[in-house]
Amino acid sequence: MRYVAATTAEEASALLAAETGLAKVLGGGTDILVQMRAGMVEPALLVDIKKIPGLREIKSEAGGFRIGAGVSGAELMRHSAFATTWPGALEGFNLIGSTQVQGRATMAGNLCNASPAGDAVPGLVAAGATVRIQGPKGQRDCPIEDVPVSPGKTSLAKGEFITSIFLPAKPARTGDAYLRFIPRTEMDIAVASAGVCLTFDASGTCTAARVALGAVAPTVIVAHDAAKTLIGTKVDAAALDALQAAATALARPISDKRGTADYRRETVGVLARRAAQIAKTRAGA
Amino acid sequence: MTTDTKRNFKVVGTRPNRPDGVDKVTGRAMYGADATAPGMLWGKVLRSPHPHAEIVSIDTSEAMKLPGVQAVVTGADFGDPESLFVSDVQEHCMAKDRVYYDGHAVAAVAATSASTAAKALKLIKIVYKPLPHVTDVDAAFAHGAPVIMHHRAFEILPPGTSANATNFCEFGHGDLHEGFAKADLIVERSFRTAATHQGYIEPNACLASYSSDGRADLWCCTQGHYHVRDLCAQIMGMEAAQLRVTASEIGGGFGGKTSIYVEPVALMLSKKSGRPVKMVMSREEVFRATGPTISSSMDVKIGMTKDGRMTAGQAVIRASGGAWPSGTMEMGAQAAFACYDMPAVKTIGWNVLTNRPKESAYRAPGAPTAIFGVESVIDEMSQKLGLDPLEVRILNAADAGTLSSYGPTFNQIGLKATLEAAKNHPHYKAPLGPNQARGLSCGFWFNFGGNTSVSLAVNTDGTVNITEGNPDIGGSRASIGMMAAEELGIPFADVRTIIGDTASIGHNDTTDGSRVTFAVGLATIRAARDAIQKMCHRAAQIWDIDPDAVEWEDGAAKPSGPNAGQFPPMTIKEIAANAFRTGGPIAGHHEVNADGAGVSFGVHIADVEVDPETAHTLIKRYTVFQDAGKAVHPSYVEGQMQGGAVQGIGWALNEEYIYGADGRLQNAGFLDYRIPVASDLPMIDAVILEIPNPGHPYGVRGVGETGIVPPLAAVANAVTRAVGTRMTDLPISPPKIMAAKAAAGK
Repeated sequence: MRYVAATTAEEASALLAAETGLAKVLGGGTDILVQMRAGMVEPALLVDIKKIPGLREIKSEAGGFRIGAGVSGAELMRHSAFATTWPGALEGFNLIGSTQVQGRATMAGNLCNASPAGDAVPGLVAAGATVRIQGPKGQRDCPIEDVPVSPGKTSLAKGEFITSIFLPAKPARTGDAYLRFIPRTEMDIAVASAGVCLTFDASGTCTAARVALGAVAPTVIVAHDAAKTLIGTKVDAAALDALQAAATALARPISDKRGTADYRRETVGVLARRAAQIAKTRAGA
Repeated sequence: MTTDTKRNFKVVGTRPNRPDGVDKVTGRAMYGADATAPGMLWGKVLRSPHPHAEIVSIDTSEAMKLPGVQAVVTGADFGDPESLFVSDVQEHCMAKDRVYYDGHAVAAVAATSASTAAKALKLIKIVYKPLPHVTDVDAAFAHGAPVIMHHRAFEILPPGTSANATNFCEFGHGDLHEGFAKADLIVERSFRTAATHQGYIEPNACLASYSSDGRADLWCCTQGHYHVRDLCAQIMGMEAAQLRVTASEIGGGFGGKTSIYVEPVALMLSKKSGRPVKMVMSREEVFRATGPTISSSMDVKIGMTKDGRMTAGQAVIRASGGAWPSGTMEMGAQAAFACYDMPAVKTIGWNVLTNRPKESAYRAPGAPTAIFGVESVIDEMSQKLGLDPLEVRILNAADAGTLSSYGPTFNQIGLKATLEAAKNHPHYKAPLGPNQARGLSCGFWFNFGGNTSVSLAVNTDGTVNITEGNPDIGGSRASIGMMAAEELGIPFADVRTIIGDTASIGHNDTTDGSRVTFAVGLATIRAARDAIQKMCHRAAQIWDIDPDAVEWEDGAAKPSGPNAGQFPPMTIKEIAANAFRTGGPIAGHHEVNADGAGVSFGVHIADVEVDPETAHTLIKRYTVFQDAGKAVHPSYVEGQMQGGAVQGIGWALNEEYIYGADGRLQNAGFLDYRIPVASDLPMIDAVILEIPNPGHPYGVRGVGETGIVPPLAAVANAVTRAVGTRMTDLPISPPKIMAAKAAAGK
């Protein structure tokens, strides 16, 4: 196996594109190194992207935040402006692994691992985040939810990798939240999860809503029909009942070692409801 | 034996720092994977992807051609040990003509690097003929189940029973029919428990070095290196004296390191290559191919009068210890009703073969699952009769003179005192919040003694070295050193205890059965008395008086009275300094097959909170009450009680071996094999009761295992009371609670 620490995005892309064997990107390494040790993958080339200028920076851009693909959970947690603006997107990311893992793990890595249960993803989807992708033909942007296409697979073409994640400017009276269910209290993988982002008008009526459901389908579900139950309401008990029912109805889970399909359907509704309540409080509505 | 209960202990009962503590927290301690040798090779094992298959052929020729590969072994390299038990152990370590579980070893390679060995494994070509498999205990017991091993069936099988049933036992006394006739209420329930792994942090590892003259050395992490030597010597066709086994520091065992897995494979690879071979199992291998505990299914029936007195009890236990016969359910059948004074009781145990790895001991093997069923039914009957579940247990508790459910009559035991302590503890009366409930359970463990050798050397400066032969898995070097210091009347700091290799002292049974503090402690006290007698002789010699006129007190010899002579006390340091002039080095030793271990009882109280919407269970408060006999080092006694409780909580809530329809283990790692993490637990409060064991000079009882017995039912009873429907299938994971609530219309 070859290991190369690329110094520019173009170089990294060219290396990944030129490799005839299995080429993998090394960010924090909390997935790929574990997979390599377990013998699950044997890359011919490992391209480390952390030395590329800007990839470990958090920048303000157009009222929002651009987060380099190499930024760790611990680094993002300490960025107080981001943490107070997008607490929901951050809390999902920070739930991954242990304190030690947080020192290395990246949002982009969690996204590209393409697990339906990735904790960083639903919060980003709810927040309307986008990714910037470097490829052999240059850069392109796309919505977060378009990156994973099935468990373990992404829409990234050969030679492409994510250089940053962008969270847009947050509208006034907007709050976000993420909740997951695990049988333990930490160090576990989501059995079901929900990210919710709500915007209210001055009268306390919900004007925009995004709901993302995790671990209940091959990829995160962008639950438009669940979000619609809240728009135009005060997100009161009746609206939350409708949200819970809609989230449960939209879930398409499987039964596996982590939980039954019936259990996941019920629980994802409960989580969506509870996340919406938190988002509402955070929006100040 | 007389127990010195009035003794004014000076060292025993204090809490000095453990002698292995600094090495362990600084990384200096040498664990199984830390052993190295010049010219060492790395061994790796190829494992079966099939739960049950015939091995049609194995072609290792391509692997042998890979540069760096020094040896390949398969089942064909091993002989047929005379003992059926050893033959089973060997076959579990390396398959012969069939594989019996997902992860069963089929070949192994030794190479100059671990990566070369891994590469070589991929070059081994194996043709399997898959066979029908069964991994579920009830399915394996049913008529028509795939038969896993022929000629191992129990001789008298009831009609319709699968030939997989291999072991049978029956215990009890009294007239069940009459007992149930006297009952005002009879409850009969069925229960199931999943196989759980001991979850030790240190994966199994060893270094084997086989010399060309037929001698060998083995370094490994184990709970019993004498047992490892006996097994490996028989498998390798060696005489015991030619195989020396040294135990490393151990990163947890809990019963799981009482057998062998890679050790004979490493020895065979070393023999074939002529080089030392090191093997370290991965976490996945530990889960797939070392022994978890039994999986079980059981039916419990109890009769009770309306005021709570049990009139009769019956339990039928069906357990599986994997693909080879197992007697673990016998201990469950004995323990099931051991806490109670039963007018009539009968327990029956069956073992059935399944396509799973060979079961290994796990902390009080057999008892937690059996007692889970009994304690659940007692809780249900208390609810139905409107009685306090603790009072019901006090009313039925076994006491001195009780004919136990498994045969012996109890002598001095501490269950009633333990129950009274629980009843009077603030926890039992503390108010509960919304969605919270309280459960409790009793627990029992036999405790063992067994074969033990201890050598105690008095150094020329008067300090003492103890050599014993039991790997220290729970702070035993501290407690053994403390008992020696107590007996000799010297400071604990003057004693260093080491664990010798198999060539250094006589035989020692494995560190299991909560036997070490009891049996090694007993042998240590007697070895100290042996040394004291010799030191008194040396003093008598110097004073020129009759040795019988010398006694030992506070670390010194002194004349037993004014008539014996007027001499100031002669300290151990003075006697030791003169040893070479008074007859030579001074040492004490003792060899014993220790009897009188003294049974142990515990009572646990668990408060849980169950989320009504997600069925998430949180342990809010937990208190352990246990009869420890004399607590030599109270902190380590508390540690044992807390550790047992935590493992039992994991067993109750989330831990389980999950096999797919394909017969393969789906959760071979700590991510999906969910042991509790620190934040899942409150501080486990531990209340030690000291009811002296008449079988030990200081009254010591084993404390290591009882603690894992009560949590299964204590947690299940609490969750049952919180959700309003009885939980009978462990683990009580959130999906099971939600489904049970839905089925009960709650």
